[in-house]
Amino acid sequence: MSAASGTAGSVSLLGRLRQRYPLRSVLLGLAAPVGAVLFALLASSVILSLGGHNPSTVFHTMLKQAGRPTSFVDMVNQSMVYYLSAVAVSIGFRMNLFNIGVEGQYSLAALGAAYVGGQLTGGGPFHVVAEVLVAVLVGAAWAGIAGVLKVTRGVSEVISTIMLNAIAVGLGSYLLHKLGQSSGNNIQTKPIGASGQVAGLSYSGTQAKIFGFLFVAIAVGVAYWFIAGRTRFGFRIKATGLNEQAAVASGINVKRMTLVAMLMSGGVAGLVGLPELLGQTHTFSQTAQSGLGFAGIAIALLGRNSPVGMALAAVLWSFLGKSANQLDFIGVPREIAAIMQGVILLSVVIAYELVRRYRLVLQQKDVAAQLAATPAAPAGQAVTA
Amino acid sequence: MSTATAVTARPDAKRPRGARLSPAVLILFALGAFLVLSAVRAVTGGNDLTSSGTVAAGLSAAVPIGLAGLGGLWSERAGVVNIGLEGMMILGTWGCAYVGWDHGAWAGLVFGTLLGAAGGLVHAVATVSFGVDHIISGVAVNIIAPGLTLYLTKVTFAHYPGGGQKQSPPIGDAGSVTLPFSGWLRGIENHHWFAVSDLAGLLGGLVTRLSLVTVLAAVVVAASAWLLWRTAFGLRLRSCGEAPHAAESLGVNVYKYKYIAVVTSGAMAGLGGAALAISAHQFRDGQTGGRGFIGLAALIFGNWRPGSLAAGAGLFGYTDAIQLRSSSAVHPLLLLMAIALVLVAIWQWRTGQRAIAAVAVVIAVLAVLWYSETDRVPDELVGTTPYVVTILVLALASQRLRMPKADGRVYRRGEET
Repeated sequence: MSAASGTAGSVSLLGRLRQRYPLRSVLLGLAAPVGAVLFALLASSVILSLGGHNPSTVFHTMLKQAGRPTSFVDMVNQSMVYYLSAVAVSIGFRMNLFNIGVEGQYSLAALGAAYVGGQLTGGGPFHVVAEVLVAVLVGAAWAGIAGVLKVTRGVSEVISTIMLNAIAVGLGSYLLHKLGQSSGNNIQTKPIGASGQVAGLSYSGTQAKIFGFLFVAIAVGVAYWFIAGRTRFGFRIKATGLNEQAAVASGINVKRMTLVAMLMSGGVAGLVGLPELLGQTHTFSQTAQSGLGFAGIAIALLGRNSPVGMALAAVLWSFLGKSANQLDFIGVPREIAAIMQGVILLSVVIAYELVRRYRLVLQQKDVAAQLAATPAAPAGQAVTA
Repeated sequence: MSTATAVTARPDAKRPRGARLSPAVLILFALGAFLVLSAVRAVTGGNDLTSSGTVAAGLSAAVPIGLAGLGGLWSERAGVVNIGLEGMMILGTWGCAYVGWDHGAWAGLVFGTLLGAAGGLVHAVATVSFGVDHIISGVAVNIIAPGLTLYLTKVTFAHYPGGGQKQSPPIGDAGSVTLPFSGWLRGIENHHWFAVSDLAGLLGGLVTRLSLVTVLAAVVVAASAWLLWRTAFGLRLRSCGEAPHAAESLGVNVYKYKYIAVVTSGAMAGLGGAALAISAHQFRDGQTGGRGFIGLAALIFGNWRPGSLAAGAGLFGYTDAIQLRSSSAVHPLLLLMAIALVLVAIWQWRTGQRAIAAVAVVIAVLAVLWYSETDRVPDELVGTTPYVVTILVLALASQRLRMPKADGRVYRRGEET
């Protein structure tokens, strides 16, 4: 009895896997991202050739650069920042909310965290906790404006977050002048003391450190996977995103869910600026990295809101961005990487759509074949009846 | 019979509140706004508020914003949201410089428009043919365009005389006109009389060294309004943005009209970018500075209609210009904002929206407090005016806004959603 069930279990494990992930479906799922990357390679090769550069030299230089320890650490650091941004965006995506405002949310949050972190002294681990808390609250509050406008006045969050991004730029530079101190010709907040910094991880072959925030990024990814896929709350978010009317009918308070999703998205967005702030710069200035919010949108789309998919996409994105830095030395403008990123994004969404249509056709064929295989008599009765 | 009369009677019953304002009311509104503006100018002594220099600078700042907004109008009236306006504008600035630096500004204008249209074509292929989400495609265009133009700048302009890694060689002027009585207007303006000098400043700004590109922009706005609202072509195009399935059932080729609209949209944004490059006399990286997004804001502020869109672009261009000319002149704008908010509050109170009226009054009080407690508005915050105004309009007056009904929805022939 026990032996029989044991063999049945081992057989069905493979069988179950195959049933859950049929080969055809897996291949189709891979076709879109792989096809998009290939298309981007082709398109950038054409552009490079037109500019008088040799594409294979360019790609070779990029690959070689990525293998160097310093740029590897750089890539890992950039990937975790991108990943946090992508998770923030994808929380909204799950509910059909388009949080374009991650950009403004993280920059204000980083400024707030840097200011509070600079004011506090000592406090041991609570110093870092306070900084993270401030960042999350500021990010959530800034996103919350869009959320409140959406639920009370029906204002599209796309428009309001675009506007809030632009306001955040002005507000941020005003607050920086107000709260910061000048050092050289740059204005920055008071540097964060040792207890408010997050130590990095060493990597052999380079002085550069991998940000300690790596663990936070991983934890956020795991929490996202668990909440989105394994809890009632995550199910409600997904249900609302898929069909709002059905969600209302099943007793979900859509307005509250919208506001909560927006706040959560903003809260995670607040973390985006922290790895660099707490791990490297220890102060917020105008040279802080910008554009991470828009990268997050692209990565969330590329990774299809899946915790693992977005991690892979973040690595790809930072690989393209970081490895291109070397290109200036061989006389090729590094902006070719930005072109490749944009082309990948556009072609991947087109490829997903084409695959979706192809899947529909296949399904229809399957159903037609099944119908043809069943005895014709009942069908005939149904028609006459 | 009775149902027919009921159906025809309903729109008439709704007219007084939801309908468009008549021209006479609009003129009264404009006159009122003008008098308030000159009163604020006279009381606060902020003479730059209505000086001809400010008006002229505001007008030239409004042109790129207005053209971007017009691009948004074309595309969204056909049901395609175009967030990629910023990217198409960037293509326009680069294209204008690429041809304009040695063939003159007008040739550059044409090529910039063409490049913008090419950006629009990419957006159209993705959204119309492949049914990609409109926002996603727009974001992609906004990622590709700055990268592509900077790449091309390094490949081309960097090797040209007067060019650089991030900028083009200088572009020539497009020419301008000055009407004969502008000197006389300037004389009146310098007296700083209430209303009279303000009017002279306003007119003087419009007729002194008026760029021909500005004239072209005005013609394009008027032509677009006529095409979209006074021709069968326009009716069909707008029907694709309101009810594409119904339009298709009446024999309108929805795909074709959406393609025309989105490509035109890109062309308008490209023209706006080219106008920007000409007024700056060169292409620079990051030159557009979010003007595509301000154009989008002007479109919403203008309730998806050409006239009010132009007014919104004018307002945003004006705040932009006033900040550049003298940041102290922005301070009185706080009072203007408070007055506008009180008007909104009264209107909302009368329509029964008490909570919104209360919020408007609170913001108005804060604006007055801010005005009385400070001497000037910080420079960094002045630039955010268009965005703050748009959010306030959306938050406090959004029941008057109506976007095209099928705006942003992916349309596929034969698939009712």
